[in-house]
Amino acid sequence: MTPIKTLIPAAILAILGAEAALAETELTVYTAVEAEDLERYAATFNEDHPDIKINWVRDSTGVVTAKLLAEKNNPQADVVWGLAATSLLVLKTEGMLEPYAPAGLDKLSPQFRDSDTPPSWVGMDAWVAALCYNTVEGEKLGVPAPTSWADLIKPEYKGHVVMPNPASSGTGFLDVSSWLQLMGEEGGWAYMDALHENIAAYTHSGSKPCRMAGAGEAVVGVSFAFRGAKTKIEGAPIEIIIPSEGIGWDMEATAIVAGTANEEAAKTLVDWSISPKAMEMYNVGYAVVAIPGMAKPVEHFPDNIPEMMIDNNFEYAANNREKILSEWTARYDGKSEPK
Amino acid sequence: MSVTTTDAAADPAEPAKTPPEAYLTIRGLWKSFGDFIALRDISLSVAQGEFICFLGPSGCGKTTLLRAIAGLDPQSRGTIIQGGRDVSVLPASARDYGIVFQSYALFPNLTVERNVAFGLENTGVPRAKVTARVAELLELVGLPEQAQKYPAQLSGGQQQRIALARAIAIGPGLLLLDEPLSALDAKVRVHLRHEIKELQRKLGVTTIMVTHDQEEALSMADRIVVMNHGGIEQIGTPTEIYRHPATLFVADFIGETNRVSATLRGGKVALGKAELRAETDLPEGTGVTVAVRPEDILPHAGGHEAAGENRLAVTIADMEFLGSYWRVHLSGEALEGVPLVANFSMNAVRRLRLSVGRAITVELPADRVLLFPESRK
Amino acid sequence: MSVTGAETLPPGREPRIRLDRDGIVKRLFMGIIALYLLVALALPLYAMLSKSFVTYRFDLTAYEFQVSDEDRVFGEPVSAADLNEELQVFTDQQLHSSSDGRLTAVDLFPEFNFRSKVLYRMRGTKEHAPWLVGLDPQDTTEWQEYDSNTFRRINLRPVASVGVQNYRAYFSNPSLVSSIENSLFIATISTVITVLAAFGFAYALSRTCMRFKSTFRLIAMMPILVPSLLPGIALIYLFGNQGMLKNLLFGHSIYGPLGIVIGSVFFTFPHAMIIITTALSISDQRQYEAAESLRASAWRTFWTVTVPSARYGLISAAFVVFTLVITDFGLPKVIGGQYNVLAIDIYKQVIGQQNFEMGAVVSVVLLVPAVLAFIVDRQVQKKQVSLLSARSVPFQPRPNPRKDRLALLWCLIVAVFIAGIIAVCQFAALIKFWPYDLSLSLKNYAFDRMDGGGWAAYRNSIRLALLTAGIGTTIIFIGAYMVEKIDGFRTGRALFQFLAMLPMAVPGMVLGLAYIFFFNDPANPLNPIYGTMTILVVSTVTHFYTVGHLTALTALKQIDAEFEPVAASLGQPFWRLFARVTVPVCLPAVLDISIYMFVNAMTTVSAVVFLYSTHTALASVAVLNMDDAGFIASAAAMGMMIFYTNAAARALHALASRRVLRRTQAWRAR
Repeated sequence: MTPIKTLIPAAILAILGAEAALAETELTVYTAVEAEDLERYAATFNEDHPDIKINWVRDSTGVVTAKLLAEKNNPQADVVWGLAATSLLVLKTEGMLEPYAPAGLDKLSPQFRDSDTPPSWVGMDAWVAALCYNTVEGEKLGVPAPTSWADLIKPEYKGHVVMPNPASSGTGFLDVSSWLQLMGEEGGWAYMDALHENIAAYTHSGSKPCRMAGAGEAVVGVSFAFRGAKTKIEGAPIEIIIPSEGIGWDMEATAIVAGTANEEAAKTLVDWSISPKAMEMYNVGYAVVAIPGMAKPVEHFPDNIPEMMIDNNFEYAANNREKILSEWTARYDGKSEPK
Repeated sequence: MSVTTTDAAADPAEPAKTPPEAYLTIRGLWKSFGDFIALRDISLSVAQGEFICFLGPSGCGKTTLLRAIAGLDPQSRGTIIQGGRDVSVLPASARDYGIVFQSYALFPNLTVERNVAFGLENTGVPRAKVTARVAELLELVGLPEQAQKYPAQLSGGQQQRIALARAIAIGPGLLLLDEPLSALDAKVRVHLRHEIKELQRKLGVTTIMVTHDQEEALSMADRIVVMNHGGIEQIGTPTEIYRHPATLFVADFIGETNRVSATLRGGKVALGKAELRAETDLPEGTGVTVAVRPEDILPHAGGHEAAGENRLAVTIADMEFLGSYWRVHLSGEALEGVPLVANFSMNAVRRLRLSVGRAITVELPADRVLLFPESRK
Repeated sequence: MSVTGAETLPPGREPRIRLDRDGIVKRLFMGIIALYLLVALALPLYAMLSKSFVTYRFDLTAYEFQVSDEDRVFGEPVSAADLNEELQVFTDQQLHSSSDGRLTAVDLFPEFNFRSKVLYRMRGTKEHAPWLVGLDPQDTTEWQEYDSNTFRRINLRPVASVGVQNYRAYFSNPSLVSSIENSLFIATISTVITVLAAFGFAYALSRTCMRFKSTFRLIAMMPILVPSLLPGIALIYLFGNQGMLKNLLFGHSIYGPLGIVIGSVFFTFPHAMIIITTALSISDQRQYEAAESLRASAWRTFWTVTVPSARYGLISAAFVVFTLVITDFGLPKVIGGQYNVLAIDIYKQVIGQQNFEMGAVVSVVLLVPAVLAFIVDRQVQKKQVSLLSARSVPFQPRPNPRKDRLALLWCLIVAVFIAGIIAVCQFAALIKFWPYDLSLSLKNYAFDRMDGGGWAAYRNSIRLALLTAGIGTTIIFIGAYMVEKIDGFRTGRALFQFLAMLPMAVPGMVLGLAYIFFFNDPANPLNPIYGTMTILVVSTVTHFYTVGHLTALTALKQIDAEFEPVAASLGQPFWRLFARVTVPVCLPAVLDISIYMFVNAMTTVSAVVFLYSTHTALASVAVLNMDDAGFIASAAAMGMMIFYTNAAARALHALASRRVLRRTQAWRAR
């Protein structure tokens, strides 16, 4: 009986404890920024604004977006800092974002802000597609390093390519939407039909294809440059390849959630999020940042990334997301185990 | 012999039996479980300090009646008045009784001492007083040295006494015993009968005991309530019940009887060729069942003594030795094939030198010939 | 005679026994716990069910357009519905959508040219008629004017309505329907294999004189201590493209049904084994003696006595395994490759496509087999109880060298399989970078640098497990006590009993999704618990309620029913009896319930995957998310942390049980 007797008060305390309030302003910030960067971001921000405490709510792009949409009528977040712009566009169409023109807005590259005035969101850094190619396995299996998207539909890649499922992964969706923009609707679907024959697996997350290539589970992983670089640092025998046709990209962006009770603090955070100091901070992991000319090269990142980024039509991507995904799902999902 | 009513007060054999200071009165009690009527129109009174037994075959409703009194299975109709208070709709906890179940329901994880003290603790009684009271109770039931043992370490009889001690610890106005002895073996049972009765007398607590064992009821009860099919057949002292069964059921259930159907003609009934006189006020021509207890049949030496009222000439067909008496199967022309069983004492058998095949005369005294009107169907 | 002919009650009212304090308190308690079950189970499920009928549709009758000529003189307003009627652009089917749908307005104007000077006006004619200009939401009944170049960027938005369209869409989508087939397929195959394997194992444990029985039993229980997706990770290390034993598959891929089935056999094995062992252990020695006296061969005895006597156990085990597999989500996620199953569909619909309505539809579909299996299992269980007889003589196996050797061999195979999977996970967790850097390292335990919530997730899991064990056991045991020991109030008790049995039939993910719909509604006064530890505790307690409830009921039924009347007659309140007698006597069951809750709270993914928030990330979900992000070694490392924690908890439980039993249950010893 003792365990129960002592547990009940402990339980109540534990539950209450989680909700204990602190004196300073607290911001609930939803984010999809990579877990390893979170602490650094908050610490750097607090160097300038020690009075604002950030409570991170972090998850993958899809989950954070789903969460925000689910909370549409009862938003829990004050700020979204570091979510794919395509997701923010979806939130904008639901009227969930508070337009705000942060200080220093004019310094941003025009692509890195919402075109409305005042903008509903502002960009941080770009997040670009890339191929991870395992040199060891490639040699062993006689699979050459691809140089273009077109290479991937060649027969020698059959069963050696993994890519993320666009229905669950933001990276997967930016790949698909970039192919449709690069090759046109018809060409894009024809390309994916051919690619599907070579795909060993569609993964749920965008990191996983690169991790799989890194671990030799696949030879080529369609992923994003950030994860490729990190995986390479860990010791994976991979090359990060930028296909010659150009690469899809998305940006991490920041927005204020409409109806926040902490509007002042939220504005302070958004102001800071596009400051040069913040850009330097993003630059540690991302080769392209919102203020042009600021970025320094990042280890293991190919240097030609800015040139290779396609002219991404975010409105097209956001407004056709549902159509593209249902088409994609109908064509490629639910097929049993590929050979 | 009258047909009894359901109330002892109306029994002419014991006219003044219902004492004025009735402690427990039950009036018009009914109980149904769905369509099944488990108790029908039960009325009875129990005097202060009386020991009452509910006796009957299983399924007769005796336990249901006890549980209704305890407030465990509330009645469907009727009133229960205990100690001048209408307890009909009071929950068990608000009534005043101690109870001992067939299973004893001793708390297995508490020592004997804690079991007995269970009802005393938490009532504002100082600890020292509780301890003293428990010791006194254990002394009373004769188990003072078992205080620290757990129930599982005791024998059945000992557990039974602990359950009793626990029930009386709070000094209840009423003690309810639900088949308290049926789980014990025969020797212990006989011993405990005596002890419980003794204890009850000492405490003077009004007690109701449910049993299906007639011997138990006859030996312990001040009065017995014989029940059948949810109703009361008869209420009376053990001798009354035995000597003057109100119904054929009672006659049959308690003790043994020889039975034969007959019609009442001129104050007599036919038994085979013989005619027997019976003391009755049933009207002429009533169809009756004649019942005679085997021990009421008196043996006489055969032949010349055959003449006389209520005497029959018979032959001993078979004899069984049952220890303290002989069971004798009688046959004879006069009986016309009606079987007659008599219990003869050792002395009588020796004195009359009875043996199989002997012709004798038996007497069925008129006041021992019981007549029960045949139920019209 | 006194027994008159009356066969009916005399007229009058049934007297109602006045409620005493005990009666009131008991009803109050039961009411509270019933309310808990209602709020934590029935209402969310209802919310989910109604959500599955929320469909999104473009309501063309709600929009009106006006088109001007080149001189900007506007013509008559025309409704979008009329335009579509005339032009037949959109079929009725195309007007159905998900919540995220868009319909391009210019499709209704075949002569549209974005360079023309024609102007367009549009307005809503109803209260709610949303559209987008580019990305800006609009919803007004005032006329809005657009030039051609802007008008091409106009998309209509769907509005919610009620109907069965979601179900129609679901069943007309071949890839979703194939998931049903896939789910049934893997569940059936896994069930057959698991039940056969577990039967052999249970037979060896209870019917032979094989050695090392207790060791084998211990090993067979290990899978209960880990999340169901852990075997998936081990299988990747064993049979993946870089797998240690890859060649054993002869070119077959472990990703897909093969992997799911092997993993399912692993994680369902102990459940089947426990049930079948119980079934075998209640059979009667005398039947075997009879068979022997009839000179039946061992083989014949096996088929005529052993198998039939265990048949209810076998059926029950089969349904339990079937339900576990078909509702499991972790394993197909990790090793399923492109093989879609129902549980994965829910996850994809909700997390991937944010299509909550379709997620609700798949949940309802997934409820069907689970509920069916549950009903059949309950029927079977009832029969099994009647097989038990107090007079049965327990079976005593006799040594039979050949049989014992075979049994040992079989158990050895199973034990190597189970222990091997666990060992591979531990190995994987310690390898620096498989397969290129095989040096040992603790780097994979640096959870804070990865997705999933880091070490905080592990601490949260322990907190959740402790809270679930403490609160869950309290609620469950008190609830069971009220059901078993309250008098009268029959309807209330029957309803309660039904509510208590219901969780068994509800898959964890379905419950989780139902919680989103129910608790994440701002109109719900319980909304604040959304995203907190509380909701995780509630969902976990509820998800695992039934087994605990049954355990408590079984223990309570063994207690003398006369204790309550005795206590009442002694003027003692029921809670004193409860505290002094009932709980101490049932302590073994109480401890069993709490360890069951603890272990399951540590390992469950499905009940919490939709409900955790960043502050309440959990170790089991971290395993899933780290694997998802490709950090398989770290996922294995976290999985092993769960394993060791659970193993320690179980050891502690065993120790505590023994000590507590020795102290409080001294009465058991004669």
